[in-house]
Amino acid sequence: MNRPVLLATALVGVGMAAAAAEPARDAIVAAYSRQAQNENQAFDGFSTARGERLYLGPHTGGNTETPACATCHTFDPRAPGRHVKTGRAIEPMAVSVNPRRFTDAADVEKRFTRDCPNVLGRPCTAEEKGDFITFLINR
Amino acid sequence: MRRWLVALIITAGGAAGAAASGLERVPAIAHPATAKECGECHMAFQPALLPAGSWLRIMDGLADHFGEDASLPADLTASIRAYLAANAGRSGDPKITRITEQSWFAKEHRFRSAVWQRPEIKAKSNCLACHPRAEQGNYDDD
Repeated sequence: MNRPVLLATALVGVGMAAAAAEPARDAIVAAYSRQAQNENQAFDGFSTARGERLYLGPHTGGNTETPACATCHTFDPRAPGRHVKTGRAIEPMAVSVNPRRFTDAADVEKRFTRDCPNVLGRPCTAEEKGDFITFLINR
Repeated sequence: MRRWLVALIITAGGAAGAAASGLERVPAIAHPATAKECGECHMAFQPALLPAGSWLRIMDGLADHFGEDASLPADLTASIRAYLAANAGRSGDPKITRITEQSWFAKEHRFRSAVWQRPEIKAKSNCLACHPRAEQGNYDDD
């Protein structure tokens, strides 16, 4: 038995939750992709680089206290964040350290609905939502 | 005998002072939707910390929740509203929606402004900065 197989076998137990959650995340990304195509004929897939720029900012137009997603979530999405107003701890955004991220469609949409106006001063497009998630899947 | 009596009175007085608000121990939240939805941006505050009138004002004004849009689907709002009202505290001013502006809160938190400005505190509503068991309804550690 080679090492990757051994490793994979060992990880089956601990990896169950994360592995089981992936189809839900894929479905959320697929739904935003369909929506992005409807919003923009020229849409040609989500971009990690655009997602990173969106995450890091800084942006103008939103709440001056929150010029970027990174304001609360920190510049390293693998680190825990902190709500800028209340001090509430926020679980890391990066899927690599927090596999439960982006697995509940209603929760994901609720957070975008609340946070995009705070940061950008407007709702996010479906392309921006998909870029954002794609960036954090790859972190 | 007299000295004992004085000691007894002081002890009793101290105990009454510490329990002045009666809110050092409150029941933990026993409603998963309330714990989840109210605990995303701040600690989910236990229903006993505000009277029913305050909770109804809060739950009827989520679109402007202290300057934030905290709207929820109507059925979820109704369920959380009912739980908070049914388990609300009996004291406090129902016209005041901020826990930190209730008179008992000020009496229990007489600190210099420099204390409130410590970076780990950030906001008066950040109970957990000083009460590590606050989420279990335990504020009895000062």
